[in-house]
Amino acid sequence: MTTRWFGAPVQRVEDDRLLRGRGRFTDDFGDGALECCFVRSPYAHARIRSIDASAARAMPGVVAVYTAADLPFGGVDLPLLIPHPNLTHGRTQRCLASERVRYAGEAVAFVIAASRYVAEDAAELVEVDYEPLPVVITPEAALIAQHLVHDDVPGNVAAEMLQEVGDVDKAMREAAHRERLTFRYERAAASPMEGRAVWARWSPGDRKLTVYDSTQSPTSIRGGLAVLFGLPESNVEVIAPDVGGGFGPKIMLFYPDELLVPYAAMQLRRPVKWTEDRQEHFTAVNQERGQVHEVEVGFDGDGRVVALSDDFIHDGGAYTPYGIILPIISAAQLPGPYRIPNYRVRFRDLYTNATPTSPYRGAGRPHACFVMERTLDTIAAELHLDRIEVRRRNLIQASEFPYEVGVAWQDGNTVVYDSGDYPTLLEMAIANLGTKPAGDNVGMGIGIYVEGTGVGPYEGAHVQVLVSGKVVAATGIPSQGQAHATVWAQVVADELGVEVGDVEVTSGDTRRFPWGVGTFASRGAVTAGNAMHVAARMVADKAKLIAADHLEAAVEDLELVDGRVRVKGSPDRGIPLGAVAVLSNPVRYAFGGGTEAATQFAAKPREGPPLRDGEQPGLEATGYYSPPGSTWASGCHAAYVRVDPKTFRLEILKYVVVHDCGRVINPLVLQGQIEGGVAQGIGGAFYERLAYDDDGQLRNASFMEFLMPYATEIPPIEIDHIETPSPLNPLGVKGAGEAGVIPVGAVLASAIEDATGLKITEMPLSPLKLYELSMLRK
Amino acid sequence: MRVNGVERAAPDDTRRLLSDHLRHNLGLTGTHVGCEHGVCGCCTVLLDGAPVRSCLMLAVQAEGHDVTTIEGLARDGSALHPVQQAFHECHALQCGFCTPGFVMSVVGLLAQHPHPTEQEVDEGIAGNLCRCTGYASIRRAVTRAAELSR
Repeated sequence: MTTRWFGAPVQRVEDDRLLRGRGRFTDDFGDGALECCFVRSPYAHARIRSIDASAARAMPGVVAVYTAADLPFGGVDLPLLIPHPNLTHGRTQRCLASERVRYAGEAVAFVIAASRYVAEDAAELVEVDYEPLPVVITPEAALIAQHLVHDDVPGNVAAEMLQEVGDVDKAMREAAHRERLTFRYERAAASPMEGRAVWARWSPGDRKLTVYDSTQSPTSIRGGLAVLFGLPESNVEVIAPDVGGGFGPKIMLFYPDELLVPYAAMQLRRPVKWTEDRQEHFTAVNQERGQVHEVEVGFDGDGRVVALSDDFIHDGGAYTPYGIILPIISAAQLPGPYRIPNYRVRFRDLYTNATPTSPYRGAGRPHACFVMERTLDTIAAELHLDRIEVRRRNLIQASEFPYEVGVAWQDGNTVVYDSGDYPTLLEMAIANLGTKPAGDNVGMGIGIYVEGTGVGPYEGAHVQVLVSGKVVAATGIPSQGQAHATVWAQVVADELGVEVGDVEVTSGDTRRFPWGVGTFASRGAVTAGNAMHVAARMVADKAKLIAADHLEAAVEDLELVDGRVRVKGSPDRGIPLGAVAVLSNPVRYAFGGGTEAATQFAAKPREGPPLRDGEQPGLEATGYYSPPGSTWASGCHAAYVRVDPKTFRLEILKYVVVHDCGRVINPLVLQGQIEGGVAQGIGGAFYERLAYDDDGQLRNASFMEFLMPYATEIPPIEIDHIETPSPLNPLGVKGAGEAGVIPVGAVLASAIEDATGLKITEMPLSPLKLYELSMLRK
Repeated sequence: MRVNGVERAAPDDTRRLLSDHLRHNLGLTGTHVGCEHGVCGCCTVLLDGAPVRSCLMLAVQAEGHDVTTIEGLARDGSALHPVQQAFHECHALQCGFCTPGFVMSVVGLLAQHPHPTEQEVDEGIAGNLCRCTGYASIRRAVTRAAELSR
């Protein structure tokens, strides 16, 4: 293939309309639609004695109030995604709770009115009589199981899984040194700037349901709605228009509104829209990251790990709608870039009276990385060795790929690293970090990670050359800012020999591409990117086949350059791609110019029927890419920080990233992904904390008190790259979306410990937390 | 009130937020709503040239004032405003949801400080949250916008 666009820092084609205020986010649609508001449980755990919506229903402007009793599916549990044999006690919530609520924010009633203002007023009039029940809010409390979240789930244990590679007990017995360590990571919130929103309309005449949803997976929403409402999939259209950030929680489905809004539109035969507000986003949208790890590590006198045993509990929240993917990822990714010859990991996924969990950027990895890196720092401290040297001695070497870790991966296979060069990442990061800044209270931190990206099962793409010569391309997975419209255009433009500006990409619209899975797990570039490559190459091959007839040349002598199919070495002998598109469709009624060549009365008619056996009209193709296994990206972050000894204010003096995601499609976009990821990691490590109290109330459910960093908190990030192409896909790419966030907690913990001498075993930190630790030390 | 130079009526409903009025009564959906409590800055518009949170104002409070929204910076079909152009060049937007608020804040910042120092840049955008970019590219864009505005 040519490499004209691939690898170039192409400026984004989607920017113009977003900058002009012409973006199309879900709440930008639906003028005149009915608007909605939820009644949500104020209690983290309660029995519902009664619900009285009569006053709300009687309020002028209210069109309907739904409780579970009003819904044909009111008694149906919402889907459990990704079932797993170890998830022995999976539980999902109902669309609207009618007997029991298990987290503050769980939906109880749904008010539909002429305007959001009226709906919110009416929601206040819905009277729900609750009998509060004992609350289980921490994973530790869930494990003690003095109280149960679900009466029929003993010990609050949703799932348990034990894996072992090698012989841990033997290696641990024989190890020269052993340490037992406890690490605690709290829940966190993704907090995209756009909350969730759904707008639906129903056309009774043609029985067509159209849903706009700020989701990361419109294809799956479509599949689920078709089943629930008994419609053929072809009668359901789901569009994820511009989505204002996702970061994971929008891959969760179904949230109650994703059923209730379409249902209301069908029942009321009017367009219906619901737009979340920020406060409910804090409690009603899935969270992640709560885990407590009990580690035992055995190591030799040189600091080499000989055995690692980790027993961790995972705060699953009140339900398990997303299966047990998160603890599976944590268990699989904990060894990271290090050679751990004997590894045992057990997890228990526990129910708590808190918002359910599902992946948030990093998805199980930041906590796993934190545990591994903190463990290595402990080994270094015990043996009085340099932290960097301990890492050097434990890293998997570049010659060892493919490297089999041996534990279960989220795609059902076991973990096998496809390619990488971890020692080079480390050495480059150290070199780029440079010498330690002068002054007191300065510390250095370092963290290395691997990330399984590009998980299957597959994505597809449709590519078509129009008679104008312009190209349209579509894939099922939506963008939440990852520049799909630009990077797919680069991939397609290279195959078709056209300008990026000539390729218009649609992603996340089932009307344009109905198959696919979703945008998550740093998988877009690998799965949809390669599908685009496959489809575009099919179109290029078809163009050559058609042009060969027309140019009376052999297919293998043709090339696609500058929007034309031409004979290699004779650039004048060629035909524009648009004309090939005309020729691809034997026409009776001609439009678009150049069609005289394609009619049955053409000067040079082809032999045989206008469409030969196996031929299809149109210069278009649909291609799919299904990865044989995950591609394993990796990186090393290092930082210098200063911590004020009195106020414990954190100052990040320097932060460097060396990153490897295989071949880079667009370095500009990649830089943005990493910078954003690191910032999100810094927020999660030191500023943002979900402050749940003992009653399960989130006490800081607003941006006033949940301290997402502004520009003033985020330092410049210095980024460098290596490229170890993935051998698993034609483009050689690996995913990059989540990379930036993964090691930040580990790096800052290491640096803060170095700066302050305080032992850091938990996340998140804050000035207050450091102050408390310093008081404990005294 | 005058919105992007055009005289517009205030809503009948005195409770209506300026942000809702702009978006849902006037169809100016470029002004976004991210928190509705005045922290995220997505809804920033210019009121008589100064950046304000349109989610913290009632529409009727804008009576008699000039309101400029993101749609008012550059006419459709014409070149981008220097701040918009700088955001494009510097990849200072990803999902684009916070972007109109940032752009309006930066327009306000550069009106006050045509040659902002690093600290003035940070402070000028420190009332707007972005979850995608990590701010580095936005800082670069502010500097670039100042160049383009000269």
